[in-house]
Amino acid sequence: MNSRDKIFAAVKASQPATTPLPDMHSFERNAAGSLDKFTTVLKTVGGSVYYVNSYAEVANILHDINGEGKKIISPLTELREFYNEAILNSTHISDLQDIDVFIIKGQFAVAENGAIWVTDKEMHQRVLPFITQHLAIIINAENVVPTMHEAYDQISKTSYGFGTFIAGPSKTADIEQSLVIGAHGPRSMTAFVMNTSL
Amino acid sequence: MTVGLFVPCYVDQFYPGAAIATYQLLEKLGVKVVYPPKQTCCGQPMANSGFEHLTGGCNELFIKNFAEFDYIVAPSGSCVLHVREHLHDDKNEQVAETTRHKVYELTSFLTDVLKVDSLPAKFPHKVGVHQSCHGQRGLHISSMTELVAPEFSKPGSLLNMVQDIELVHLDRKDECCGFGGTFCVTEEAVSVKMGKDRVADHLKHNAEYITGVDMSCLMHMEGILHRQGSKVKVIHIAEILNAE
Amino acid sequence: MMEEQTKDHAELALEFNRDEDRVNWHDETLWFIRQKRDKIAHQIPEWETLREAASQIKNNVLSNLHNYLQQFEANAIANGITVHWAADGAEHNRIVHELINKANVVRMVKSKSMLTEECGLNEYLAEHGIEVIDSDLGERIVQLAGEPPSHIVLPCIHKKKEEIGEIFHQHLGIEAGISDPQFLTETARQHLREVFLTRKVALTGVNFAVAETGEFVVCTNEGNADMGAHLADVHIASMGIEKIIPERKHLGVFLRLLTRSATGQPITTYSSHFKKPREGSEIHIILVDNGRTVQLGRKDFRNSLKCIRCAACMNTCPVYRRSGGHSYHTAVAGPIGSILAPNLDMEKYADLPFASTLCGSCSNVCPVKIDIHQQLYKWRQVLVKNGYAPTAKKAGMQLMTWTLSSPGAYRMAGKAGRWVLKHAPFAVNNSFNPWYKQRDMPNPPAQSFGEWFAKNKAGK
Repeated sequence: MNSRDKIFAAVKASQPATTPLPDMHSFERNAAGSLDKFTTVLKTVGGSVYYVNSYAEVANILHDINGEGKKIISPLTELREFYNEAILNSTHISDLQDIDVFIIKGQFAVAENGAIWVTDKEMHQRVLPFITQHLAIIINAENVVPTMHEAYDQISKTSYGFGTFIAGPSKTADIEQSLVIGAHGPRSMTAFVMNTSL
Repeated sequence: MTVGLFVPCYVDQFYPGAAIATYQLLEKLGVKVVYPPKQTCCGQPMANSGFEHLTGGCNELFIKNFAEFDYIVAPSGSCVLHVREHLHDDKNEQVAETTRHKVYELTSFLTDVLKVDSLPAKFPHKVGVHQSCHGQRGLHISSMTELVAPEFSKPGSLLNMVQDIELVHLDRKDECCGFGGTFCVTEEAVSVKMGKDRVADHLKHNAEYITGVDMSCLMHMEGILHRQGSKVKVIHIAEILNAE
Repeated sequence: MMEEQTKDHAELALEFNRDEDRVNWHDETLWFIRQKRDKIAHQIPEWETLREAASQIKNNVLSNLHNYLQQFEANAIANGITVHWAADGAEHNRIVHELINKANVVRMVKSKSMLTEECGLNEYLAEHGIEVIDSDLGERIVQLAGEPPSHIVLPCIHKKKEEIGEIFHQHLGIEAGISDPQFLTETARQHLREVFLTRKVALTGVNFAVAETGEFVVCTNEGNADMGAHLADVHIASMGIEKIIPERKHLGVFLRLLTRSATGQPITTYSSHFKKPREGSEIHIILVDNGRTVQLGRKDFRNSLKCIRCAACMNTCPVYRRSGGHSYHTAVAGPIGSILAPNLDMEKYADLPFASTLCGSCSNVCPVKIDIHQQLYKWRQVLVKNGYAPTAKKAGMQLMTWTLSSPGAYRMAGKAGRWVLKHAPFAVNNSFNPWYKQRDMPNPPAQSFGEWFAKNKAGK
């Protein structure tokens, strides 16, 4: 008997009588998420938030924050000036390791914890949102859900090979509980909330 | 209604004042109290040490002494919790079951059964309330800081009926004192450190007395207070509620 | 894996308590985290309902584990993930080793996995000439210090920043005397970035594996699991078989509870869902038993397998805070560790269920409602029945039983005890009496309650 069979046999012999799954309906909130709450929470966890009306505005802000000579990359057709095919599609780590700023779209935001759901579709390459020194994500103002329950409802309507919730910049408090922003992932994370009602 | 008075073994031997106060308080409130003189111990020290299988003798004695009463009341949370959860009798499980459900810690009995809403008690002192774990988390005699739930306290409500008492605020409202039965000697270092920290919290907030529903916790803290030469005293809640 | 040790929790805790200032520091740091957890839990009115739902989901998982494991395996394979099974830690380690060999490398980067601690993976690989670098900052620190982690979420919570600075001075070449957390973290960032960029094999843990979709989730604040996995050609994910959950939507419940319970944050910075390997790379998941099926068969203790490794029980435990994770001499320490470890080795871990006052705080903070303190009590009964109580204790208990089951013997013993305390206190107030080391004995009253009653009330 191989280990797989041994384990399955042991599980079957040991598991208790079936108990039912709980009803999850009480957790559902039939309302949109609060953009204010999302903003407050994301700022609390070290992220920055800008409310914008256009991609031009996004580009301007990025230039302002980052100044001259920074490697700003984006796969977004709306941000042509940052589009760099060679880097975006490169499989050479040497091309990717010195990206300063990476901007992508997020599918939606979660108000209760300041997180944004992003998948490999938006990331272009999985490592890019992590290897960049600074990350920016653009979401539509109307795509805010209240809690993780609605988030998974949204996710069930999509497909991905890899997806992640990103809630602010990377950080650690491993040294005497002192919070340090910027551990191994990006040192900063900026959310651009796009007003789509224009 | 007749109440059987259940006196924890260490209260009987070392802190009779708590039992005397319980007896007098219940009588004052119009309860007929009977004290079965042949009672000994609920068996908790053995059970908590892994020797529950040796508690048959204690269980039998308990049932023999107490089964007949309408209620059984004790000035202790941990002993009551132990009886409620572990009183069994292979030969007479029915009686054991009924008996288990009749056992009450004192403040629960006063609040839930007698529904006391005033007391002729006076205790003009600053008092810190120690939340003994078994009473609090086991018997739910008060809310717990870990849970997201409305606050309440049976001992607290009763103490608030006492004239001129001042209950002090504490930094950690319901941290364990470290007594823990045989833990107090088998893990002496941690036990004492926990006790010292509890005591320090009360001292920091200028308590003159430390009270609670369990004399075991208070005995442990008193041992530390005496060793420190402190003038702060411990006192069982029954003695405050009975004070005039 | 812990080295051969013969000291038990009480002895190790005694050593830990020699430095009272340090105990205060350790205790206050973890209590602060417990308070952060309280604060954020109170912001969720439905918190207790969430706990109940999480508990029921996990109960269902344990009762249907066979089917969920089959379902997960089939879906993971359909996603392109290779699934391996390891009956024990040794087999897990061999599988990891084989995968590293197949990739033709001798180095690997690893993010946090308590399971691999349990299996002793790092030591095994080192013996076989494979270099493993732990990328979680806390784990890297203890790795450089040559110690195991002391806390499952905050691996080096027992280390002061000056000590960490000294470790980095010794091993990473910074100047002596640095203790600024910002500087030290930046140092680790630079050092580990080079590791991420060059390692072709990365190992991560698994927080949750979803049977319905064949995907698994890895949660970090640092982004180190992602940095390792997305730059490697081979991503190995190690998980205990109990980490399965039925449906993806259940992640909503668990991700709301996990980080709030662990550190008081709303969610970790990254909650990464790995479903398919990226093109040109591999994902291997190793499902490990290592005693879990035995625990599953124990009616009183199987609920310990619901654990999602948040460490809320450790942060709230007044004993853990004042004795430190290393006092438990096992990979997963604290209250949950004390009900998991005896299943693996009753003799070695017989001391752990007794390292508790049974205060019950742990059960209250557990997001999946494991009845931890009840299980601690029950393990005590099992251990004594299996002969793991020290002989002196057994004798003492027999004597206590005899005394307390006889009204006559009890009264005599009580009277004798009070007499000794009054007339011959030196017999008790000495160094043979552990109580007396730091506490005074109670003052003996003139009469017991029984005697008072007989004198004043009986017959009236």
